[in-house]
Amino acid sequence: MSNNKKKKLTPVQQEYKELSDKREPARPVLKNCVRAFLVGGTICLIGQAITDMFVRWGGFDREKAANPTVAVLILLSVILTSLGIYDKIAQWAGAGTAVPVTGFANSMASEAIESRSEGIVLGVGGKMFTLAGPVIVFGTVAAFVVGILHFIFNPNGAGGH
Amino acid sequence: MIYLWAFVIGGAICIIGQICFDVIKLTPAHTMSLLVVLGAVLDGVGLYEPLIKFAGAGATVPITSFGNALVHGALEELQKDGWIGVITGIFKVTSAGISAAIIFSFFAALLVRPKG
Repeated sequence: MSNNKKKKLTPVQQEYKELSDKREPARPVLKNCVRAFLVGGTICLIGQAITDMFVRWGGFDREKAANPTVAVLILLSVILTSLGIYDKIAQWAGAGTAVPVTGFANSMASEAIESRSEGIVLGVGGKMFTLAGPVIVFGTVAAFVVGILHFIFNPNGAGGH
Repeated sequence: MIYLWAFVIGGAICIIGQICFDVIKLTPAHTMSLLVVLGAVLDGVGLYEPLIKFAGAGATVPITSFGNALVHGALEELQKDGWIGVITGIFKVTSAGISAAIIFSFFAALLVRPKG
């Protein structure tokens, strides 16, 4: 916790914060990392198998096959989310299920399903992007900045390819 | 061999995410945003493409590849159409991911009742 944030709290709140920080159970970082590694690696392994299928039978070249692979993984993730299976795996795997694109799809599908009761437009349409929104916004802004930097410093170069 | 590296590199990127969760104590939204920006910057300096060549799906499946794909689309159109290409090209490559996620999630929400 930064000092800046601490200053805004009253003394009682600061005391509480210190106490709650002290009592918060230490996270088993190593165990979590091993789980994230195993599950994340497995998802990428499945992705690699799907990529190879698109290359072999779909007539895609290796670079182009990444896009349909992502689409298939997202479909699988949404199906598993709908059945309630993805979230069970996620509890065990932590970032292992959150970091692959399947986690991105899982966040959208689960928000959409849970918000169904708030209506199709405001619930499903609006809440779908609770987690995906920041990802898209910061990705787009970062890509814009990188693109403009390339335009300024390297307008004719082939950077990034 | 590419399968081994896909597993190792993909797993390693997930470990970076797990460390953001547990050690730096970032929220999932902050972590994912950070990884996407990381992917965009790595592609900007030309490092993400070699990683994909080396690790295949280990680099294209984690969310970092979303940042990479955004930059890729922007740079492709930049070369073709000049500066306006940065705007018109950003979503060119990522269409698969975003549209698939929106479409499937929408229909899932229509068909499935929430659990728990």
